Amino acid sequence: MNELVAASAMTQREGVRPLDAVSFADVHYTWPGPSPFTLTIESFELQRGEKLLLLGPSGSGKSTFLSLLAGIVVPDRGRIEVAGLDMAKLSGAARDRFRVDHFGIIFQMFNLLPYASLIDNVLLPLRFSTKRRERALREGPIEDVAKRLLSALDLDSTVIAESRASSLSVGQQQRVAAARALIGAPKIIVADEPTSALDRNTEGAFLKLLFSQSEEVSASVIMVSHDEGLAPHFDRTVRLQDIALSKRGALS
Amino acid sequence: MMIVRLALQSLLNRWVTAVLTVLAIAMSVMLLLGVEKVRTGARESFADTISGTDLIVGARSGSLNLLLYSVFRIGNATNNVTWKSYQDIASMPEVAWIVPLSLGDSHHGFRVLGTNADYFTHYKFRHGQSMSFASGGPFKDLFDAVIGSDVAQQLGYKVGDKIIVAHGVGSISFVEHADKPFRVAGILAKTGTPIDRTVHVSLEAIEAIHIDWQNGAPVPGESVSADQVRKMDLTPRAITAAMVGLKSKLATFKVQRRINDYQEEPLSAIMPGVALQELWGLVGTAETALSVVSAMVVATALLGMVTMILTTLNERRREMAILRSVGATPATVLGLLAAEGGLLTLAGVVVGTVGLYAGLWLAQPYIDRTYGLSLAIDPLRPDEWVKLASIVGAGFLAGLLPALRAYRLSLADGMMVRI
Repeated sequence: MNELVAASAMTQREGVRPLDAVSFADVHYTWPGPSPFTLTIESFELQRGEKLLLLGPSGSGKSTFLSLLAGIVVPDRGRIEVAGLDMAKLSGAARDRFRVDHFGIIFQMFNLLPYASLIDNVLLPLRFSTKRRERALREGPIEDVAKRLLSALDLDSTVIAESRASSLSVGQQQRVAAARALIGAPKIIVADEPTSALDRNTEGAFLKLLFSQSEEVSASVIMVSHDEGLAPHFDRTVRLQDIALSKRGALS
Repeated sequence: MMIVRLALQSLLNRWVTAVLTVLAIAMSVMLLLGVEKVRTGARESFADTISGTDLIVGARSGSLNLLLYSVFRIGNATNNVTWKSYQDIASMPEVAWIVPLSLGDSHHGFRVLGTNADYFTHYKFRHGQSMSFASGGPFKDLFDAVIGSDVAQQLGYKVGDKIIVAHGVGSISFVEHADKPFRVAGILAKTGTPIDRTVHVSLEAIEAIHIDWQNGAPVPGESVSADQVRKMDLTPRAITAAMVGLKSKLATFKVQRRINDYQEEPLSAIMPGVALQELWGLVGTAETALSVVSAMVVATALLGMVTMILTTLNERRREMAILRSVGATPATVLGLLAAEGGLLTLAGVVVGTVGLYAGLWLAQPYIDRTYGLSLAIDPLRPDEWVKLASIVGAGFLAGLLPALRAYRLSLADGMMVRI
């Protein structure tokens, strides 16, 4: 019963605000432990197809924000909707499935399984998400899709043919990670300082390639960083301290 | 399928530690199965120390005591059997053959056994095998000796050497039968039984070297030379024990009872097979201890594996985070690691089993030659299959331990691990 109600509420909401990819409302979360860290976000929205830069110094709660966004943790209070769905309503395993269906994630570094081939690394999300697998299959055999994506991200075929990910430069690794995040066209690309290990030139090139591919599948991109210099590449820049309240230490 | 392939690739990526872990488990499995093989081999060799003999007769005593001194040359007889009793038993209608055994002297710690030529044909061991001569042959002259292979090897004797028999059974003896030296007439092939450690002489020779002795010492002024003794009557007055073969096995209990009830002197007749079983029951405690130790070695190897997986877990948090970020559930992570433990153990068990059989195949002839221990190369028995299966099962369970830790970590870390 509850699920039905929730489902109808969901469609209603989608009808009302069709452009929201993500929305936070009165979210409150406390990391458990001896030195709790509390993050409160009154309201936050990410539009479909929007490229957003989230700025914040380290320790400001960026990781917590991303954990909430990707459904790694569930807020104590409030609502987080992704594609119109409240993730807190899903079970753990269903959230894992939901995450891979809707998110492509790029880490700061060490994105790849060092022992697997580039193609296998890129294809990883398709093993866990039937939705993304089906979407990828529409474009052809998935290996070819992965190869095309890698060459679109400026990795030449000799590099792609290399069997192991560990032999790549950091810049190349990040582009493979981008290909993995993009394959099967998820609606939201989450990037956690993906360019922090790259120099300025490579950084610009990486973002250009990433955006050209994300635009092709009309995915939103949310990237966290402490580097304000990246702002010109994005549609919108948000400072974390402007939307969130963070508190460290025991609650009174 | 890809996940299985990734698990294998991940293991391959850490192949040095993985190979070492597999080897440790393999060694422990080899030990476990090897101990089992040696145990069975030893038990069979032991039970086959003497075969073909239906009864052993000695002065009245416990069956173990009689078995120990007559077959294993351990300990001493409580009393002797008179020559008349021996002849009475020999003349029983059911008796096919009888071989006298006379003990009490030694040579450099090896027991000297007085017997007759029938001994070499009637004493059987290991599935009815007969003794054979490595060189020389049975005794022809009064002062001929036939020595076991250990005696020949340890003392460096060859056919034709002179040896002097000492009175008593200590390894160092001050009273020797120096006036009547023996000649090594034959050396027996290795048997893996106490025969290897025995010096065999004729019953008459035992009588001859003691003819001028009384109360365990030579009588002064009454010495009889080796040549003189040949002309004397050397019929023994007493022997220590006798091996008896019957015409029909069915008569065993009847003859045994008759000997036990013998009126002239208190005697005991034992069935060697039964007494050997009894003795193995005593020795068998050590066998249990061996099994316990090898089981503990297997447990240690599994612990080593858990340690290995746990130590690599930290460097693999990254791997877990990546898998979680692409939608792997904690259960997948759990399964991956448990599978890894199971896989490593399975590989160890397979390598260990194959290794053991290869080792057995290579070492079997050598072990047989050197220790007289025949190890059977049999297929695995059902209980061994059960053992191996439970080791693999334990490996899976042991793999769950780090897996549970990884599960907790992957939940807590989420995908935000920074290394």
